[in-house]
Amino acid sequence: MDATQPTTRLDPLDHPAARAGTDAEPGAEGDLVEEDLVEEDLVEEISIDGMCGVY
Amino acid sequence: MRGLLTAPEVAFDLERRYALHPQVALRSEPFGALAYHYGNRRLTFLRSARLVELVRGLDRHPSAAAALDALGVPDQDRTRLRRALEQLEHAQVIHPLTGGDRCAPTS
Amino acid sequence: MRTDQLKQGLTAPICLTWELTYGCNLACVHCLSSSGRRDPDELSTAEAERVIDELAAMQVFYVNIGGGEPLVRRDFLGLLDHAVASGVGVKFSTNGALLTRAMAARLAATDYVDVQVSLDGASRSTNDAVRGEGSYAAARRAMDHLAEVGFGPFKISVVVTRDNVAELDDLEALARGYGAQLRVTRLRPSGRGAATWRELHPTAGQQRHLYRWLSARPHVLTGDSFFHLSGLGEPLPGLNLCGAGRVVCLIDPVGDVYACPFVLHDQFKAGSVRGPGGFAAVWRSSRLFEELRAPQSAGACASCGMFDACQGGCMAAKFFTGLPLDGPDPECVLGHGEAALARVAPGAAPSPGPGHSRRAPAPGGVRPPDPARLLPVLPGLPPRSG
Repeated sequence: MDATQPTTRLDPLDHPAARAGTDAEPGAEGDLVEEDLVEEDLVEEISIDGMCGVY
Repeated sequence: MRGLLTAPEVAFDLERRYALHPQVALRSEPFGALAYHYGNRRLTFLRSARLVELVRGLDRHPSAAAALDALGVPDQDRTRLRRALEQLEHAQVIHPLTGGDRCAPTS
Repeated sequence: MRTDQLKQGLTAPICLTWELTYGCNLACVHCLSSSGRRDPDELSTAEAERVIDELAAMQVFYVNIGGGEPLVRRDFLGLLDHAVASGVGVKFSTNGALLTRAMAARLAATDYVDVQVSLDGASRSTNDAVRGEGSYAAARRAMDHLAEVGFGPFKISVVVTRDNVAELDDLEALARGYGAQLRVTRLRPSGRGAATWRELHPTAGQQRHLYRWLSARPHVLTGDSFFHLSGLGEPLPGLNLCGAGRVVCLIDPVGDVYACPFVLHDQFKAGSVRGPGGFAAVWRSSRLFEELRAPQSAGACASCGMFDACQGGCMAAKFFTGLPLDGPDPECVLGHGEAALARVAPGAAPSPGPGHSRRAPAPGGVRPPDPARLLPVLPGLPPRSG
């Protein structure tokens, strides 16, 4: 968790992003930007080693 | 700290032509796509179906700007997508094609 | 990062663990897969190749090959080549005893292969107490071979125990000396680990030290296995969530698919690659994985401010210590797990069973190392039957 992110989170099913669906429609991402308190990057890198349950 | 990307030093050049890096596999997912670079073992999340469509079609256009135009991206969203392309270049998921390239280079 | 998107499942695992064989020349006291004897029903070469073909079709990026000791299989190199040629990267985990110089050279000549050598102590005595006499020397020989042939960076993988926490700095130096990456992972009470976990798992104080040590060393890999410590401060790098059935899973030597390598138990078996839809059908529509991908209840942890960070910890750690899955991890940083463990009735915890161990573990306590366990270093031969 980033210090810049809000410390409370909506239940995933209640989040506007989940309700809007994941298929971007024209203008849909513009709506998401306004709702986020902090604009989230569309790209994020994760360490390939960074997932639990791997040998 | 979860993310590994830092701010790229060179601003992304929208006038250049880009392509998916040949060592990158792009796999569609419900949230967008996962990109895995077989050379440097880096894994990148693309969290937008539109971004994925943009990336897949990059090499079909003479420039990244043209690719954005072709997708019909409204002005208010271009900054965000441009930043995404910048991060993808930094992660070596996409790379600029040199003049006259029809196919991506082999390494 | 909206990890809730990941929790709902992917079209394919990002990576998965594939235990190629239950055969092993060692008998480590904490072996997560209770390996030792080969299973007579292990996937044939042809079946294994079909699994690889499926993984390639699903665009699985890479597979972690383990076991048992994968080099025990005669078809190991063939399977490796098949995977790489099909676009599936391979990382494999080995105790090194069968990693001869010739094998190292062969691996160095193969692209998209990563090697991870297991070691559980910077000193021979610490390591061999867990992995058996001769195992430290064998691992070091393997590392020397990899260095000699110019393999490039490999990984040294350490399971953190009460006895090797004090050797972390030395392990880091060892890795640096080889130009290797150090990887430290969590001891789970899985497989033979169920019988030795109480004596071997780090103390609460050691865990806090480990968290601080790791926080200061982002170059040390963890396989995201310490996300249960995230309540101590900033989360360590990684997804910080249980990947079982959502991001990762396990294929075992007889083709059974489990949620992760640390839950080899019927309750976490999702299906078999030998089923009609192969691996893909199990990944995409098995009931177990659908359940794991549904929103999980925080249960007893719901009112705890740390839950958002620790996610209630590790499913395997809770399961094999007899704790409820919707409650604290046995190593909960606030001590709630310890309190819960005290309430578990003796014998109530699910048993991993004898698995493929070559000898039933002594009741209680850590098994002493057995010098007879280490086979001669002769590649290509099957292990002693038994």
